[in-house]
Amino acid sequence: MNSPRISSWFGRGAIAAPADIASATLRSDKFRIEREGEWRRLEAIITRMERGGLRRIEDDDLLALPTLYRTAASSLAVARETSLDSATLTYLEALVQRAWFQVYGPRQGFARWLRAFLLGGWSRAVREIWLDICIALFVMVAGAVVGWLLVAQDENWYYRLVPGGLADTRVPGATREQLLATLASEESAVGLSSFAAQLFSNNSAVSILAFALGFAFGIPSLLLLVHNMAVLGALLWLFDGQGLVVELAAWLSVHGTTELFGILLAGAAGLHIGRTMAFPGSRSVLDAAGEAGQRGAVVMVGVVIMMIIAAFLEAFPRQLVDGTGPRFLIGGAMLTFWLAYFVLYRPAQPEEASR
Amino acid sequence: MKPSFPVTRDTERRARVLITPEGIALPLTIASRGSRAGALMLDITFIVSGLIIFHLLLFWIAGGLFESALAGLEPPTGALEFLQIMLVLLVFSTWYGYFLVQELGPRGATLGKRLVGIRVAARGGGRLTAEAVIARNLLRDIEVFYPLVFILVLLASNSVEEDITTLAWAATIWFALFLLFPFFNRDALRAGDIIAGTWVVESTRVKLGDVLSTKGAAAARGASAVTGARYEFGEPELAIYGEKELQTLERMLRDASPEALAAVQDTICRKIGWNPGAGDERAFLEAFYAKLRAKLESDMRFGKRKADKFS
Repeated sequence: MNSPRISSWFGRGAIAAPADIASATLRSDKFRIEREGEWRRLEAIITRMERGGLRRIEDDDLLALPTLYRTAASSLAVARETSLDSATLTYLEALVQRAWFQVYGPRQGFARWLRAFLLGGWSRAVREIWLDICIALFVMVAGAVVGWLLVAQDENWYYRLVPGGLADTRVPGATREQLLATLASEESAVGLSSFAAQLFSNNSAVSILAFALGFAFGIPSLLLLVHNMAVLGALLWLFDGQGLVVELAAWLSVHGTTELFGILLAGAAGLHIGRTMAFPGSRSVLDAAGEAGQRGAVVMVGVVIMMIIAAFLEAFPRQLVDGTGPRFLIGGAMLTFWLAYFVLYRPAQPEEASR
Repeated sequence: MKPSFPVTRDTERRARVLITPEGIALPLTIASRGSRAGALMLDITFIVSGLIIFHLLLFWIAGGLFESALAGLEPPTGALEFLQIMLVLLVFSTWYGYFLVQELGPRGATLGKRLVGIRVAARGGGRLTAEAVIARNLLRDIEVFYPLVFILVLLASNSVEEDITTLAWAATIWFALFLLFPFFNRDALRAGDIIAGTWVVESTRVKLGDVLSTKGAAAARGASAVTGARYEFGEPELAIYGEKELQTLERMLRDASPEALAAVQDTICRKIGWNPGAGDERAFLEAFYAKLRAKLESDMRFGKRKADKFS
C-alpha cells in the first residue's frame, strides 16, 4: 500500500517497545513479539541503505544483514502458515521485499561500472554484434551509392536530399573555387568550441534515435542510416564534378571516421534489438529482447563517448588543420585506433562482471 | 492471503508473485499506468523547472556577457563561449543523467517515482544492472517525446487549416503506437522496459501495526475496562466467520470510529444470536476477535482453513 511519504521525511519516529510477551494470548502473536526486534533492526538498516548507500552502515549491521534478511524471510514463511494477523503479514511482505531489493540490488556503483566498461566491456559488446555491424555497414555503403546515383540522374534530387544549411554554396553548378572555400580551414579557434558542443548534442541525439528506432524490428534504423548516407553520396557527387573528391574525403575523414563509425554502431545496436526480437530463437521474445537491449545499451554508451570525440575533432583539427595529407593522417589514425580497440583489445572477462 | 486494504479487481489484476532465491514467494504489484504517467510528469517538471531556474540564475550573474553578444557588438569572448558549452553539456547530461543516476541508486527510482511510490525492478527477479537502466532510458525519447511533439504539430497545423500530409498522419500514428505501448500488454511494459528486461512495481513501505491480542479485552486475562465483564464464546458462535471476516474486523479495530464499531457489533451479535448491548462495543469486539483468531489459527495448524463465512 502506498502510504504518504511526507511524514517519513521528517526524521524517524521513535521505535515502540515490543508488547509484553506474557500477556499475549495467541501463539502467533508470541511468535511475532519474539522476532519483532530483529525485524525492526532489519528495517532500520534497509532504510539507511536506501537513503545513502553502503558507506553509512556500520560493519556490525552490514555483517548481520544477510542473516536478518533470511530470518525475516523465514518468519514470513512461518507467519503465512500460522498467523492470521494481517498487520504482521503485510508488514513482513513489504519488509522482505525491500530487503530483497537491497540484498540483491545493484552491486557496483557507477564508477566501477564505467571502469569495467572501458576496460573490455565496451569492445566485447561491439564484437558480440558483429553481424549487425556488417549489415549496417552494407546498408550505409548502399545508401551512399544510392544518393550518388539519384543525384547523378537528376539534379533536383540534390535539393531534396541535402538540408538547407549545408547547401549554401555547395549546390550543383558551383565553381571549383567556391567548393574549395568550404573545405578551407578557419583562421582562429574563436567560436569553435561551442560549435563542438552543439555538434555533440545533435549527433548524440541522432544516434540515440537510430538506436531507439531499432525497437520496431530494426527497419527504421536502417532507413535513417540510408537517408544520412544518401546526403553524403550527394555531396561526394557534387565535389566529384569538380575533381575535388579526394579533398572532400580528407576534410570528412578527420571527424567522419569517428562519427560515421559511431552512427554505424548505433544503427547496428538498434538493428541487433530488432533482429533479436524478430528471430528470438529458442528463448522467449521478452528474454531475448532484454538480453539484446542490455548489450545494445553498452554499445550506445560507447557511441556517446565517440560522439564527444568526433565533435572535438570536427571543431578543432578539421577547421584548423589544412592540407589533404595531415587531414587523412588524423582521420586514419582515429580509424586505426577504433579498429584496434574493438578488434584487438580482448582482456579476460572478470568473473564478477559476467553475473 | 488477503492484503489488509480493500482489494479491487484492478489491484488483483496487477498482482504478481516473485520467487526469491530462498524460495519465498513475494507478492509484487505492478505500478498502474496512471501512477507511472504521474511520476514522469513530476520528473519532467523537476528537470524543466530546475533548468529554467539555472538559466535565470546564470543570466542574473553573467547577463552582461549575453547582452553584448546579442547586440553583435563584439565577437564572442572566451567566457561567453565557455558558458555556452557548459549550457549545452548541462542540458544534455541533465536530460539523460537525471533518470540514469537516480534509477541506479539503491532506491531504483527517480524523485517522481519515489513520490508516487513506485520503483524499477528487474523482470523475473534478477539483479537490476546498469545496462538495463541505461537501455530503458535511451528509449524514452521516441516513446514519449517524439509522439507528443508530433501530436502537437498535428494539432497546430490542424487549427490553422493547413493541409496535413499523409506522411505526417502516418508518422504520428506510428509514434502514438509507442506512446500507447503500455496499454497493449498485461505488465504495463513500455518499449524501454521490454528491451531492458525491467518492469516498474509499487514499492511498499508498511509500518508494523500494534499487537492486538495483548490489549484490552483481547489479552489473556483481559476484561472490559468499562463493565469489567469477560466475554466468552462457544464453539458454534466461533464457527460462523472465516479469515476474510477476521481480517476485516482487525482493520476495523485498528482504525474505525466508535459508531462503525457499534454497527459491526450489531451485525455480529445478530449473526451469532446474542442480544447486542450498548456502550461496551470495543471490548466485545476485541474479545471476539481474539477468540475467533485463536480458533482459526489452531484449525490452521491442523491444516484446516476457512476462507470466509461462505466456505
